[in-house]
Formats: sequence, C-alpha cells, structure tokens
Amino acid sequence: MVAAALHEAIAYPAVGAALDIEHVNHAFDIDGVVLPVLEDVSLAIEPGEFVALLGPSGCGKSTLLRLVAGLEKPRSGVLREDDIRITGPHPSRVVVFQDPTLFPWRSVWDNVALGLEAQGILKSQRQRVDAAIDLVGLSAFRKAYPHQLSGGMAQRVALARALVNDPKVLILDEPLGKLDSLTRITMQAEIVSLWQRKGFTTLLVTHDAEEALFLANRVIVLSDRPARVKADIRVDRPYPRHRGDPYLADLRRQILGLLGLDATW
Amino acid sequence: MSTYSVSDASAAAGQAAADVSPGWLEKLRSGGYGVGLAAAVPWLAFGASCLYWEDLGDWSRTHGLAIAAFGIAALALLGTIGADFLGSAGVALRRRAPWLVALGSFLTVWEVATAKFGWLPLPFFPPPQAILEVYTDDMPKLFDSVIASVKLQLGGYIIGAAIGFLTGVSIGWSQKVGYWVHPILRFIGPLPATAWLPFAFFTFPSSWSASTFLIALATGFPVTVLTWSGVASVPNAYYDVARTLGAKPSFLVLKVAIPAALPHVFVGLFMGLGASFAVLVVAEMIGVKAGLGWYLQWAQGWAAYANMYAALIVMSLLCSGAITLLFKTRDRLLVWQKGVVKW
Repeated sequence: MVAAALHEAIAYPAVGAALDIEHVNHAFDIDGVVLPVLEDVSLAIEPGEFVALLGPSGCGKSTLLRLVAGLEKPRSGVLREDDIRITGPHPSRVVVFQDPTLFPWRSVWDNVALGLEAQGILKSQRQRVDAAIDLVGLSAFRKAYPHQLSGGMAQRVALARALVNDPKVLILDEPLGKLDSLTRITMQAEIVSLWQRKGFTTLLVTHDAEEALFLANRVIVLSDRPARVKADIRVDRPYPRHRGDPYLADLRRQILGLLGLDATW
Repeated sequence: MSTYSVSDASAAAGQAAADVSPGWLEKLRSGGYGVGLAAAVPWLAFGASCLYWEDLGDWSRTHGLAIAAFGIAALALLGTIGADFLGSAGVALRRRAPWLVALGSFLTVWEVATAKFGWLPLPFFPPPQAILEVYTDDMPKLFDSVIASVKLQLGGYIIGAAIGFLTGVSIGWSQKVGYWVHPILRFIGPLPATAWLPFAFFTFPSSWSASTFLIALATGFPVTVLTWSGVASVPNAYYDVARTLGAKPSFLVLKVAIPAALPHVFVGLFMGLGASFAVLVVAEMIGVKAGLGWYLQWAQGWAAYANMYAALIVMSLLCSGAITLLFKTRDRLLVWQKGVVKW
C-alpha cells in the first residue's frame, strides 16, 4: 500500500527524451526492385522539442517515424533515444496514426487501457486510464464503442491511448489529416496544450505547412523520395500562436518555396 | 390506457359513449381485437372437426387433440382481451396472432384432408392426432433418441470446432504451420465428410467414435478456413498499435488477432453446424444404433410414418435451437459489431 501510494506520488516524470538519428538510410523491396526512401538522414532532437517533419506526399516521412517508433529497422545508420539504441518498439515512444485504429471490439476505456494491459500493469494503474480519458475530454464516452464515435472523438481516444503510457516521445503520423477543418483547428490547440503540460518530445509528420508552423518549434523540410533533410527551420514564436502572424506567413512562403510550390504564392 | 394506438384514440374521441364503456368493449367496436379473435376461430374449427366428425381410421388421440385445440383457442381469446394486463407476454401474443391464425387454419385443413376425407394417401400422410399419439405413446424411445443425438452432435461439434479454431489461428499466424497445413487442408477439406463413412466405420473401434470423428471433420473444415481468413485479414495497423504500446507476441495473438477474427470464426461455426447436422443424420441412419436419424430409419422400415414426422419435427426444433443458441452467443460476444445478421 505504502509503496503504491509512493509510486503515485512520484507521478511519472514525463520529461521528453532526446532523439538522435544518425546517417539513416532505408529502402523498400518492391517486386525485387529496391526503392530508396531515406537517404542519409541525420537529426538531433532535444528533449521536449516539438519537431514537425514536412515533405511532399510519399517522400518517406512516415517511414522515418516507423523507424523512430522501432516498428522497422533501418538498412543502415543508427537511431537513439536518450543515447540508447532503438531496436524495437517501446511504450516510451508511442505513435498516433492517421487512422485512429481503435480496436472495434473494445470500448473507449478498454482501448485506452491497451498499453497498460499489454505491459501487465493495468490492475494497479486503472486510475491512469480514467485520467487519460478525462484529459481528452471524453469522460462521458468511457463505455462507448468506436463505431459510436465521430472521427474527431475517435482520434482523441487514440491520443488518450498514447498518453496513458506517459511517453517520452509522442509520434504523430498525420493524426489530423482525415478530420474536418473545424475539428482539426480545435485539436491542434489541444495537442499544443498537452505537449506544454506533459513535456514530452513530439515528432509530427504532416504535409500541411500551416499546421507545422502553428504547432512545432522546429520544422524539418524533407525532399522528394528518397527523403533528405532539405531545411531545418526554427520557429521562434511563443504559444498560443496566431494563424495570421506575419512571421509565420513569411516562414510558410519560404517552406512552400523549398517544396517547389512558390509559384502559387 | 397506455397501449392505445392512434386509431383507438380517434375512435374513442368520436364517440361520447366510449368514455363510459369499459376498455375491452370500446376496443371491440374499433376492431382492435380483430386478429386475436380471428386466431381463435380456426382453432375452434380444428377442435370441432376433431370432436364431432367421425375419423376415417382408428386413431386414439382425436379427442385429446380436440381438447388441446380448444385450449389454444381459449388462450387466444383470453390473451386478446387480457393483453393489456399481461404486459410483455400480451404484446408478444398480439404480435404472433396472425401466425396463430395461419397455424390453426393449416391444422384444420390437414385434419380434414387426412382423417376426414382421406384425400391424402395413408399411411404416408397421417393426421395430426397420429403424430400426437407418437408423442404420448412413444415418448421414452423418442426421448432416448434425442439424448443420443444431442450427445453425439455436441461431442463431435465441440471437438471439431476446437481443433478447427486452433488450426485456423495457427495457419493464420505462422507461415511455417501454413506451409504444411494449407496443402492438406486444400486436399482433404472439400471432400464431404460423409465420403469418409466407410473408412471411419472400419477404422474406429465403435460406430459412435466413428461418427464423432465424421461430425468433427464436417465442423472442423469451415471453422478452420474461416478462422484462418479472419486472422489473416486483421489489419497490420492493429499489430503496429499494439506493438508500440508494448505488446508481446502472445498478446498480439490472444488480444488482437483472435478478437479481430471472431466475426469470421462465427461464420465458420455456423457453416460447420449446418454441415455437421447432415453428417449426424447420415451417420445415425447408417451405422449408429441410436439417435433421431436411426429413429427416422426405423420408423420408415415399419411404415410408421407418423413416428417419422414426429421425429422430423423434433429434429427441426433441435437444429433450429442449436443455431439460435449459436447466434445468441455471437450477439453477446460481438456487441461491438454493427449490422450483424439476425436469426
């Protein structure tokens, strides 16, 4: 009892981890043809940074996320989390995918509990599930099944399912890509506030320059496939940011120029 | 008052007298009892035809049948008038009233066509009282047959479903298992289980174990294939999610692959159930000296066609009951699914 209470009191120091990506190359075999997707990508991400990876569709940014998550191993190069080599998935690095991919046979509560259950610590940590559901504002939907939720609610559940693990790195793979624009704007603000409160390192893949600039304090622009780091832009603006900020508009023009879309501006 | 329909209410509003007359009288006027009363009519006719019309042959249960028919007519009448006081049972009765009309009419026509005019040739088409006689006089033998059939079916089905499920999960999960089992499955699976009958009856020590094997085989094939396809069609994204949350392989199988595959598994269990019924009856007709299939065969051998129909009715109730049970189980386990087939 005392140990459990003490455990709770410490409250899981949710400090972000540093990520080091060093000379990573990756390729896919498609019917015997080798298709390079990442070419000598190196990045050093500070603990607690919010980094957006921006690039044209299909350039390999999601692949880079999968490598960071440990879902795949790079062909060459090294990835490290807090100086420990990443060899496989770990609940300290959690991914929120473009589709919520909730398990349809589990209620909202059971979906959020998934990580703790998989790690075998659910029995003693049930209150963390409730807390995570409260955090995304879905307390009234604990018992609902995924098919009863709207797209935005489902993505919120996916976010809670990630956050319940108190990750050191939150990996967001275009999590707002399929939502309607209003829900998207709301959730962008929510993600910023969660990140500020929890202090985890965030890696966001997006193809929306405005979203990247609104959320991140560092935007990495990737080239067309095979992806190389084209630019590393610091977004030195306080939060909450304003979409009409001329400084951000200027950066946006710059970024679209890097992506070869300057003709439209 | 709460169960009045709109038409009742408007009928009541039209008549000032309706306010003082009792509810049932008012309803009688507005036609609210129509179907319920109509349900009593064919049952009364059925009972009367049994009681007051001389049978062509010599059947001992004609009067008993008449009493039963009058009983049902009385129940229909009472149920109709008293439906408002019977709660959900009354609602259920009212909903089934049209079926009571149809069933009563069918029995009356059957009674008249067989026992009274002899339009249908005997002994192939016995009257209802002959079937009732089977249930009253041959109950012990019929009951033993039901027990024997249920035991055989249940044993074979559970073995087949369990093996099929495990095999399906293994093939779906492990490529190595799939490499070895898949060709065998393709070669042997499509063969109707009844084709193994000769082999089974000389290989197994008893006809009972042989039949169990055949029923298990008939159940196992569809369960295996559908479980396998269910496991194989689980989206990779589910595994990715679970793995990033710290899931081990056992968790991926038990908590991701199997629940995701369950809707498919139930389709397999349903198909397997149908296939196993067929095998059960054939096995009992040919080798096993007990059970409803054997009873059917025996009845036919003695030209006891009433016994045959009686056994057929019991058999259809059992099969339908088994499928209802399976669907109920599925609905409980798969509440998260939308739009599943109702039974």
